[in-house]
Amino acid sequence: MTLAAPSFFERHRTALLTAGALALLAAPFVAYPIFLMKLMCFALLAASLNLMVGYVGLLSFGHAMFFGSAGYATAHAVKVWGFDPALGVLFGAAVAAAIGATTGVLAIRRAGIAFSMITLACAQLVYFIALRSPFTGGEDGIQNVPRGKLLGLLSLQDNLTLYYVVMVAVVAAFWLIWRVVHSPFGQVLTAIRDNEPRAISLGYRVNRYKLLAFTLSAALAGLAGGMKSIVFQIATLTDVSWVTSGEALLMGIVGGLQTMLGPVVGAMVVVTMANQLSAFAEAVMIVQGTVFVLVVMLFRRGIVGEINAFLARRARLGQTPEAAAVPPRTPRAGAVHD
Amino acid sequence: MPDTLFGFPLAAIAGQVLVGMINGSLYALMSLGLAIIFGLLRVVNFAHGAQYMLGAFVAWGLLEYLGLNYWWALVLAPLVVGLSGVALERTLLRRLYHIDHVYALLLTFGFALILEGLFRYKFGATGQPYPNPIAGGLDTPMAFFPWYRLWVIAASMGMCILTWFVIERTKLGSYLRAATENPNLVRTFGVRVPRMLMLTYGLGVALAGFSGVMAAPIYQVNPLMGSQLIIVVFAVVVIGGMGSIVGAIVAGFGLGVLEGITKLVYPDGAGMVVFVVMLIVLAVRPQGLFGSLR
Repeated sequence: MTLAAPSFFERHRTALLTAGALALLAAPFVAYPIFLMKLMCFALLAASLNLMVGYVGLLSFGHAMFFGSAGYATAHAVKVWGFDPALGVLFGAAVAAAIGATTGVLAIRRAGIAFSMITLACAQLVYFIALRSPFTGGEDGIQNVPRGKLLGLLSLQDNLTLYYVVMVAVVAAFWLIWRVVHSPFGQVLTAIRDNEPRAISLGYRVNRYKLLAFTLSAALAGLAGGMKSIVFQIATLTDVSWVTSGEALLMGIVGGLQTMLGPVVGAMVVVTMANQLSAFAEAVMIVQGTVFVLVVMLFRRGIVGEINAFLARRARLGQTPEAAAVPPRTPRAGAVHD
Repeated sequence: MPDTLFGFPLAAIAGQVLVGMINGSLYALMSLGLAIIFGLLRVVNFAHGAQYMLGAFVAWGLLEYLGLNYWWALVLAPLVVGLSGVALERTLLRRLYHIDHVYALLLTFGFALILEGLFRYKFGATGQPYPNPIAGGLDTPMAFFPWYRLWVIAASMGMCILTWFVIERTKLGSYLRAATENPNLVRTFGVRVPRMLMLTYGLGVALAGFSGVMAAPIYQVNPLMGSQLIIVVFAVVVIGGMGSIVGAIVAGFGLGVLEGITKLVYPDGAGMVVFVVMLIVLAVRPQGLFGSLR
């Protein structure tokens, strides 16, 4: 994002990163660690989706297939095959990446809205397979997944220990996403999002870039799903259903697409909302639907996007008129053609 | 006459083909509505399933509270659902045409969640029974065909042909097609394009309501009936070709029958077959059977 002045986040980067690290370290002493781990898993899921929607401009409506199937793969590997939890989670992410690469090859043949519908249909296929396969346990899911010992050394039974392990993994994944988005590869992705014909005419094989991004996004969603099944010691059909895909999307747009912190804020809002209303499934639907409508109609930039825009506006006001005249870059989500 | 074919009893085959045609009728009507809306508005109407459910509930409510029977419902329910669609288009959807079409998808998705949530809150997840308006059936040596099911197939086919005729063979339809090609040019000729968009959305949504009434006596009237259907219908639309009317109808009936046959041959795969066909079609012909790449 090029602005006339360094943005608020760039100017206070060290201070903000330190504050964030301290908050993450102190959080389990303030809030319930299981809730925080759930939050982090969903934040990573939303961030992996944001990588696709925000930076590649392809709205995937099927990320639950990666999240949920990685959950099953990890649970099965750890429980039945006796994998180390870290290896189990990596196995889950690898399975998700494989599903991502397979469905991606077909889905990226269509852009725009068709891509959303195809990913949704693919996810529904995965859902049916999960429902029918013998190893997934059907409606019951895979229960009593052991947490085990990390690398054979560190027992993960204690919630606080597990919290710090999950935190390190999630922070590493976010760092990876940040690196990818700001790498030459990420710049090409953004170029494809903003003007695909131009990227093609510059000689980029856009479909390869899209496929690689989709596979990476699937692997990250799988990482989140695998960790969730270790944390909750269960893998269920819910995580592979379209409802989860919709929730991930809601987190993305509530927090703000094309922002690093948006998925985190979005996950906080949506998970907290679901926890508060957990007794009434219908109420969750009604509230989530209303939030969807409100965000789409009133603040499409999302919470973090609106804050960024506000800070950028304020920063410009304190400058020379010429600098202030530079129009703010309006974020566009999933813009393939408009 | 042999009573088996490829080792399956003929009666069972006939039964499954009938079930497949019923589902195919619903797929065709639903994807037809989506195709009309997508063709002109470039909006994927995620609320289509919820509006189908709304149609079924309006039919149920007319009978339960006002004592109006099925035939009244067949006219009134699509009207009510269509008007609700017009209201949605005028108040919210219209404001999203100028930005990325993804936002319209998200809006209709949110609307579908609200609608389904409200009906689940009021009626729970259990179904409400709706009486069969035409009792009896056609008894052939092969199988028993209930009249109502034959009526659903005939009425859906009739509705599909009527819609196709209106869009492909009438003056109104030519305006619609012209507005799809080049809305600005059509506007300069004095056609009120925004009003056409509104009516098109209302018409597409009314088709969903009509499907809901058709389905009510066969399946129970259930708040979840829409979300179960809509994802399959999306796959049907991708197979037929997005925005293609003929594609929607052919793919709808064809996949319904294929699904019915699959129930007989490989019951576990019945839920998956449409999605597998979609993947194959995407691999071979990404634009869909009757679609064009634009």
